[in-house]
Amino acid sequence: MTEPRQARPAAAVTRAAPRPFETGRALGGGGPWRRGLRALCRSPRVMVSAAILAAIVVLCLLAPLYADHVSGTDPFVANPVGSTVLDDGTEMPLLQPASRGVGVLPIGPTWQAHFLLGADGSGRDVAARILYGGRNTLLIGLLAGALACAGGLLVGLLAGYVGGVVDGVLSRALDVVWAFPVLMLAISISAISFTSGISLGFVRVGSGSLALPILIIGVVYVPYVARPVRGAVLSVRTADYVHAATSYGAGHGRIIRREILPNVLSRVLVLFPLMVATAMLLESGLSFLGIGVHPPAASWGTIIEDGTQLLRNRPLMAIVPGALLATTVCVLNVLGDAIRDTFDPKAEPRARVR
Amino acid sequence: MIAYVARRLVAAAGVLIAVSVLVFLIFFKTPGVDPAKQIAGKQATPQVIAQIRADFGMDKPLPVQYLDMMRRLVIDRDLVSYTDRGPVLPRVAKTIPVTLSLVGGAAVIWVLLALGAGTLAAVFRGRLVDPLLMGLGLVGISLPVFWLGGVVNLLTQGTLHHSLFGWLPELGYTPITVNPAKWFGQLLFPWITLAIGMAGLYARVLRADLIEVDRSDFVLTARAKGLSESRVLLRHMLRNSLIPFVSLFGLDVGAMLGGAAVLTERVFGLPGVGNLTFHSLSRFDLPVLMAVTLYGAFAVVLVNLVVDIGYAALDPRIRVR
Repeated sequence: MTEPRQARPAAAVTRAAPRPFETGRALGGGGPWRRGLRALCRSPRVMVSAAILAAIVVLCLLAPLYADHVSGTDPFVANPVGSTVLDDGTEMPLLQPASRGVGVLPIGPTWQAHFLLGADGSGRDVAARILYGGRNTLLIGLLAGALACAGGLLVGLLAGYVGGVVDGVLSRALDVVWAFPVLMLAISISAISFTSGISLGFVRVGSGSLALPILIIGVVYVPYVARPVRGAVLSVRTADYVHAATSYGAGHGRIIRREILPNVLSRVLVLFPLMVATAMLLESGLSFLGIGVHPPAASWGTIIEDGTQLLRNRPLMAIVPGALLATTVCVLNVLGDAIRDTFDPKAEPRARVR
Repeated sequence: MIAYVARRLVAAAGVLIAVSVLVFLIFFKTPGVDPAKQIAGKQATPQVIAQIRADFGMDKPLPVQYLDMMRRLVIDRDLVSYTDRGPVLPRVAKTIPVTLSLVGGAAVIWVLLALGAGTLAAVFRGRLVDPLLMGLGLVGISLPVFWLGGVVNLLTQGTLHHSLFGWLPELGYTPITVNPAKWFGQLLFPWITLAIGMAGLYARVLRADLIEVDRSDFVLTARAKGLSESRVLLRHMLRNSLIPFVSLFGLDVGAMLGGAAVLTERVFGLPGVGNLTFHSLSRFDLPVLMAVTLYGAFAVVLVNLVVDIGYAALDPRIRVR
């Protein structure tokens, strides 16, 4: 999608690390990264988004504290015959036979410490599960996003820098994966490996492990990062300052580290928040289909799935995790936009899940 | 032009073969997964697993299995499902109009919304409309489509069903040939749900492209000639900005026709291509899976081909690349 960007004219051949961006120049001293960071900190939308993100992350990290000391229930153990005491002293069973049809109707929001948002179909505390689920969704998003960026950086550098046959093979492989809708690819691999896990040589990724969705989501998004990185490497590789480095005898390692990476890294940095957001959406989609996070563990996707079954009677159970997910993704997108405007104004990332 | 079309056709055939091989490999060669064991179930004895292998021909070498399956799929057209031994092709054919209806209607909505919002935001950039529309677009992109579908269902089928949406039929799919009004009613909200996120994305892309084109020399020339602002926008700027817009559109519509609208299909109970793909995956039903992915890849390739050829006809620069 994104064409290789035109090589910027090298600012000064003698500088070891060329500037990865130019917009922050008016903002005073310090290195380019630090100037960019300072510009970001001055933007109110960035600070508001960062604060919302931090609040959600902290809340989710406090999940065990909430489950142990506030709600006082284990959110991973089914509790079909339990009950809770309401404000007015009456004791309510967590699950009641449904008035219509078969199945059970769990208790709704009590707005108290116990079962703040009610119970799910197995009598587990929904509020505590949402916090625990957030931990998994955030963790999978973060690590899968990081994996996609690291893998994409590696593949892009390899293809762009080595060139020749290596580039040919890698680029064709990326093309094929690119032609395959990313959602379908992730669904295929997840559904096939959901019950038995994946074993890579002697490393075994078990089926209940969070590493499985992280691995799958991270890998399917590698082309999204590798392609722009390859383009950037190609355009930088022939720049004058790289020739200069070659002429004074720098080896490949040094050229990659000191000349290429600083230019390419901004590309990856810009993509990172978007990859995390996209990975979170994909994880939720997979979990919603029942092939992401394994029960009894939770993620926002699995809770939305559970809540969809009870949507008519207990709508909050699906609405709350979805709203949290949408807020997190939105905030990450705002941060990604701001980082792009600061560090790489011409990049056009294209990533989302439908 | 003919050479260009021929080149694209060869490349398209290559992609189809590559995708079918990829699906085959995912099925048989995902490390640590044994499809025969998965089909047999948890308590299967080794004899049962061996029997399944022999029945489905899984004991033959992989290339033989692949060619066998492709022959029965494409030439003999008598491939049967692993699970119930029913023929595969009619099953796939039945899902295509469902997905076509869903994606077609949604595409109309999201393109119109995106054209309007993107152009408005670019023309009035920096003023109140711009951040407002783009903010809305961002929210649209961020909503998980299966969650949005659930909330829409809650409102239209539950909470407000007796007041506002009483005219809405129950969830499901009715062919347009059977009852056009019901077809429309059942698809209206799936269309909107699917279109919201896409519209947000496309509006943002279009706005960025319009602003980029606005800086180019030919726009300056057009203005210097004294053309009216609306003519500059419609004839000079939009025409150029639509090139990335349309190729993005080709990719997305192709993917969705090929099953990528699976989450929307599931939330609204539409028996479409994505739903069938998901079902055949979770039952390890390789024949159905191969048929439906091949159809899906075909849709992706076909839509992209149409888009590319259309643009090569319009824009000579593309033919050379």
